[in-house]
Amino acid sequence: MQKISKSFGGVPALIEASLEVMPAEIMALVGQNGAGKSTMIKILNGAYVRDEGSISFNGTPWTAASPQQAQRAGISTIFQEINLIGYRSVAENIFLGREPKRGFGLLDWAKMNAESAALLKRFDVKVDVREPLERFSTAIQQMVAIARAVSFDARLVIMDEPTSSLDEAEVAVLLRTIRQLKAEGVAVIFVSHKLDELYEVCDRVTIMRDGRTVQVSAMKDISKLHLVAAMLGRDLAEVKKRGATAFEESSGANIGGELLQARNIAVGHRVHDASLDIRKGEIVGLAGLLGSGRTETARAIFAADAKTSGDITFNGQPAAFKGPADAIKAGMGYCSEDRKAQGIVPGMSVAENLTLALMPALTRSGMLDEAKQREVVDRFIKEIGIKCAGPDQKIRELSGGNQQKVLLARWLCMNPKLLILDEPTRGIDVGAKAEIQMLIRRLASNGLGVLMISSELEEIVEGADRVFVLREGKTVAEFDHQNMTESKVMHAMAHGHDT
Amino acid sequence: MMKGFRISPSMAVVAVLIILTLLGAWRYDGFLGTYNVQTVLRYNSMFALVALGMCFVIMTGGIDLSVGSVAAFSSVVAAHLSGYGLFPGLIGGLAAGLFAGTLNALIITRLKIAPFIATLATMLAASGTALLLANNQSVSVSYDTYFTNLGQGDLLSFMRPEWVDAEDAGFFAGVIGFILSFPTPAFIALAAYIAGAIVINHTAFGRHVLAVGGGTEASRLMGLPVDRTIFLVYVISGGMAGMAGVILASQFGAGQPIEGVGWELFAIASVVVGGTLLTGGNGSIGGTLAGALLLGIIFTILNFENGMGWISLSAYWQSVVRGVFLFVVVVLQAKLANPAKAAA
Repeated sequence: MQKISKSFGGVPALIEASLEVMPAEIMALVGQNGAGKSTMIKILNGAYVRDEGSISFNGTPWTAASPQQAQRAGISTIFQEINLIGYRSVAENIFLGREPKRGFGLLDWAKMNAESAALLKRFDVKVDVREPLERFSTAIQQMVAIARAVSFDARLVIMDEPTSSLDEAEVAVLLRTIRQLKAEGVAVIFVSHKLDELYEVCDRVTIMRDGRTVQVSAMKDISKLHLVAAMLGRDLAEVKKRGATAFEESSGANIGGELLQARNIAVGHRVHDASLDIRKGEIVGLAGLLGSGRTETARAIFAADAKTSGDITFNGQPAAFKGPADAIKAGMGYCSEDRKAQGIVPGMSVAENLTLALMPALTRSGMLDEAKQREVVDRFIKEIGIKCAGPDQKIRELSGGNQQKVLLARWLCMNPKLLILDEPTRGIDVGAKAEIQMLIRRLASNGLGVLMISSELEEIVEGADRVFVLREGKTVAEFDHQNMTESKVMHAMAHGHDT
Repeated sequence: MMKGFRISPSMAVVAVLIILTLLGAWRYDGFLGTYNVQTVLRYNSMFALVALGMCFVIMTGGIDLSVGSVAAFSSVVAAHLSGYGLFPGLIGGLAAGLFAGTLNALIITRLKIAPFIATLATMLAASGTALLLANNQSVSVSYDTYFTNLGQGDLLSFMRPEWVDAEDAGFFAGVIGFILSFPTPAFIALAAYIAGAIVINHTAFGRHVLAVGGGTEASRLMGLPVDRTIFLVYVISGGMAGMAGVILASQFGAGQPIEGVGWELFAIASVVVGGTLLTGGNGSIGGTLAGALLLGIIFTILNFENGMGWISLSAYWQSVVRGVFLFVVVVLQAKLANPAKAAA
């Protein structure tokens, strides 16, 4: 793939990006959210049409009109969410769409089952292929998806984060399967955020950032640190100047006693052993690569998801929250990274979105005190500088930055003790971003504890008073403001220890 | 502050309603006559009540298929109790509806069964229970109590102050007397709609209904009582169906175990025509009332058309015509009221 460009509604997603895979080569494809990995894959397999650039496959020019056509031609894609049919048998799933027939349009079940079993055996998978697919683990289901790809005589298999929902043993089986594919001459594009896996199985790596291909290298020639640096766009030699964000330097004078302590938190497959603590008036950063379990840890603290194990103390009390309602009552607030689906209620007005969580306090004998509501709304619109036509404007008509301000105000009007901000400035223009960063610092200096998740390293390093680094679901490092540098944080994200 | 003029879905349905009413008045004698208006209101208030409950449910993004058979079930219960007086009949029927609604609510919020399936089951169960209680036939109501006044009478039939009939009654008293002579069920429905509009627009619960429908996960993360809100809308829907059942028994003089077939569709149609999104999160109580009235008026116009002898439509054809009309209104709404979506 050469000089591929693609924009969505005027916003470029890919800018002259390239990707090259040799036969029997396992190519890692890495990059942050929004780097263009998915777009690249979708153009290759025919889900999107490229705006510019050229693709050749097996030495001939290549354009797939649809994923189905790509599959017939030998390019199969296996997504994180397995797109097979759980209720149908393993064999049916492998042969769906081209079932062997016996004449009169009747299915040749015996042949279908025998061939499926033989196919899976090549990958050391021994299952009863007549069983419904859903009875098997995610790893086996993924293996079935791979077997289906191979049975199409795939020459190239694309795997989009196949290991994100697997446990360690399952990952080992999957990696073995990938090596088996390589041995059979099949090329693999492997997208993953888990560095150890990449180093274990891949031959080369293509690093993407902001829609461009920034580096292609043999896996053995690039260190983990360099790989992370290239992903994040940091030059290791360059000493980063301060002032890329609007966070003011914290004096540290206003930081008070302990507010929250989370010990050995585990949640499902994603978080194994996360620990952190937050003091009053402190901004604590939570750093880590995609898939390192940052959001999952935050949601567990807020009781939005149940944790598997671990202890949380909040404000001196053991926190046994049954759900977000309890956490809110105790004085927490949570701004989700997915503003559209988990933050705003798009059809409601600015005023209503701002006061939804506050409703109980605004209600007198069942009736909403609309004068009081208006008073709160007016105050916060002015204080935070929310730009809108008026409190009655629908929130979906606001810019991302102003929506985020409304969501911040939603929690601030409840006088919280701790605010969890998951990617508070993602998708927000530069001006509004600076305003929000200043606001966060101002709130902290008034005594609010803040847990801030951000993929932007400069935001963490300049904004946070302390930072905890998560790597594959474990807290691997903690830095206070004095010894926090981008390279140290990156090092911890890449290697898992802080030296 | 000036707002850009935008046709809201409920305005569109009100406009169509007015046009059809004018058309009816121009074309048929007696269309706007007291008798016809009262008949239309009397009959359609049952549907309007059911549609109101449905509106709450749909605003949360749910659906209640059980309303028709719950109304039938309630009508049988009310008929059985009508001999004990007005209130035992009324409260019994209402309680039967609330019971069915609570059952729906429990199945949906506790057992996490999809509303479509949960209310489908209740629909069958309520229908069967109604037939059992009624011994497979309609159950006569008592005419010895005030019970029948609920559906058949007007407010004056409960208590008739002397000044209404006084020879020298002033203009003011005359107007009030005229208003009070409208059917009781119309007043019940009107009161329910006013209460419903207040609840949706001016209570925390009402705003929660729309918030839950607009974004369930967002609501949960805000700490809103999501389950309690969903629970209550099904109880409300059951209660409205129960009230409709009471009126049904009273109006037709009998509990009707086999009535109510297709009411749920009528109610859903009223809600949707009134501009409430089936996906939840947005909607209008007033629009639902207009939607219910619109469906009622179309039905009346078809009846008048038959009566004039120009055409003779069987009940089946009437359904077809109503269906086509509904379709046209919904398409018009989508085109008119959502220019933003069309442009995006």
